[in-house]
Amino acid sequence: MPDVALDRQAVGFARLLRGAGLDVPIGNTIAFGEALVAVGIDQRDTVYWAGRTTLVRSPEDVGVYDRAFRAWWDREHELSFAPPEVEEIAVAFDEAGDGDDGPGSDDEAERTPTLAVRYSPTEMLRHRDFALYTATEFAEARRLMADLRLAGALRRSRRLQRSRKGRGRPDLRRTVRRALRTGGEPVHRAFLEPATRPRRIVLLCDVSGSMEPYARALVRFLHAAVVGRGRVEAFAMGTRLTRITRELSSRDPDAALAAAARRVVDWSGGTRLGESLRDFNDRWGVRGMARGAVVVILSDGWDRGDPEVLAEQMARLHRVSYRVIWVNPLKASPDFAPLARGMAAALPFVDEFVEGHSLASLEHLAEVVAR
Amino acid sequence: METVDDVRAALADHQYLADEGLTTAIFLAMRLKRPLLLEGEAGVGKTEVAKVLARWTGGELLRLQCYEGIDAAQAVYEWDYSRQLLHLRAVEAKGEEVVEDELYSERFLVKRPLLRAIGYEGEALGAVTPPVLLVDEVDRADDEFEAFLLEILSDFTITVPELGTFHAQEPPLVVVTSNRTRDVHDALKRRCLYHWIAHPDFDRELAILRVRTPDVPAELARQVAAAVETLRTFELYKPPGVAETIDWANALAALGTTEIDEHAVDVTLGTILKYREDQERTRAHGIRELVSTAMERSA
Repeated sequence: MPDVALDRQAVGFARLLRGAGLDVPIGNTIAFGEALVAVGIDQRDTVYWAGRTTLVRSPEDVGVYDRAFRAWWDREHELSFAPPEVEEIAVAFDEAGDGDDGPGSDDEAERTPTLAVRYSPTEMLRHRDFALYTATEFAEARRLMADLRLAGALRRSRRLQRSRKGRGRPDLRRTVRRALRTGGEPVHRAFLEPATRPRRIVLLCDVSGSMEPYARALVRFLHAAVVGRGRVEAFAMGTRLTRITRELSSRDPDAALAAAARRVVDWSGGTRLGESLRDFNDRWGVRGMARGAVVVILSDGWDRGDPEVLAEQMARLHRVSYRVIWVNPLKASPDFAPLARGMAAALPFVDEFVEGHSLASLEHLAEVVAR
Repeated sequence: METVDDVRAALADHQYLADEGLTTAIFLAMRLKRPLLLEGEAGVGKTEVAKVLARWTGGELLRLQCYEGIDAAQAVYEWDYSRQLLHLRAVEAKGEEVVEDELYSERFLVKRPLLRAIGYEGEALGAVTPPVLLVDEVDRADDEFEAFLLEILSDFTITVPELGTFHAQEPPLVVVTSNRTRDVHDALKRRCLYHWIAHPDFDRELAILRVRTPDVPAELARQVAAAVETLRTFELYKPPGVAETIDWANALAALGTTEIDEHAVDVTLGTILKYREDQERTRAHGIRELVSTAMERSA
């Protein structure tokens, strides 16, 4: 078979995959074409693996690939791609388009010219409960959150950096360089010391029904954290666990939140915190993501699952992480007691228990995380 | 090496039993001269792939173990500072002028795995097999290093500012492994061929046991493979990998076991399950049931 035909096949299949939702860069299509030239196109299995090796880059994508391959190879015309991920979910993140307006937005300023009473709307907003927000306030809070920076506590890195102290490990590279200037005599010695770097932060946000009044604001907070710097991972917990770091990494909050909403299929559903945490521990946390990291769980602790499972998973998480911080938006209410079964089961493994119902409390959270 | 089957046969000759997917991936990596990124659970034999490729092709195995904070000095090259200093002193003692160029010549260059893989020169006579470069556990290195690695794997060129540019005449065979503790950057993934190594099924695992543990009686090997297959369905923290299966078979054989029974499994559970919770879970499922299921399966 001439190569042109193979190229066409390769391009056709790549397009099919893209249609099914996989990201297939052109370089991979070329590699697939080359692979087809190398292995031929007579054997189904070989072609299948040639495609999987060149076009798929994570085990999560294998399912989509398999369906697409079957459709392509077996020339089925009815494609049943309806992965649950693409379902539209009715979560309105995006309130009226006045997100860019400042605290004294134009209209308001015109209608109330005597705003000289020196109160700061922003200050009020900072302490207001997210659940009581109006649409305008929410838009404003979203804007303010963009300034929130989350940075994990520092730890010693194994990387070395120049030391100014004149002690530590000798920096031979620079010492030799300097010695050249002094006729080979290492008069000026240079030193290295371990660098520090911030710990990874893992955010696990409960998006179940009981958290609904807060979820909008908290997911926006997750977005600000993910965009702010590189070492933040974000997950949504409902009846199952969804990693949304990638979705939230778009700079545009609207696009990011919409992408996250599409990805999370169990928005405002039930909660199985224990199971979600087990999933997290198994697939990500214990393997390395949570090791030495600051883990922040944002949840009201209402759990429909078995509290023992939750306790066991919290213990596991606590063992590998640097610190576990539990953020409970309900904690701010004066008559709060951690009565929710899940909350009670989890508390022994929580290093820091804070509120998360308002902007001010999230600012406080940022301080706690950096400790 | 002409076809995928040739690769399978060659790997088997070197005691590595790969399935169709991995065989195809290796064939394509060699044919298209692309790095091969292998991901999978711990203990499924990712690193072993590079080792067996080196044994097979006769290329030198250059292993770069990644860890946090790894930098160019450990991965690419470093100057031999103590020798440079000594040289400076020696020249100085002779009362001669120190020329900077002579200090930064190849004789003071310490080549680390990446540079050795690129700056590989065929030994004086004839063609020499390109080396096998194993970049192990790349997910442990930090992202800066990954970007740097990507650059090198893209054009197989390394520039040492004081010396010049090294370019691979024949690109090395590159195997990159990751345990998925974090996502490897997409750009690096795009550059590579990708294969996820899954746990082997019963037949393959048995075949691996027969090859890797020839001293273990055939009957016992069957039972071990069957028991491991069951264990992997228990929702364990760390389902046993092939490496643990091999350990377990060896442990049982060392105890003189010819047929698994409750007691033998109980006392050797630590060789296959490395978490207390996993052992408890397995005991809760019942070791007697585990044994009887395994006996049935292997009969």
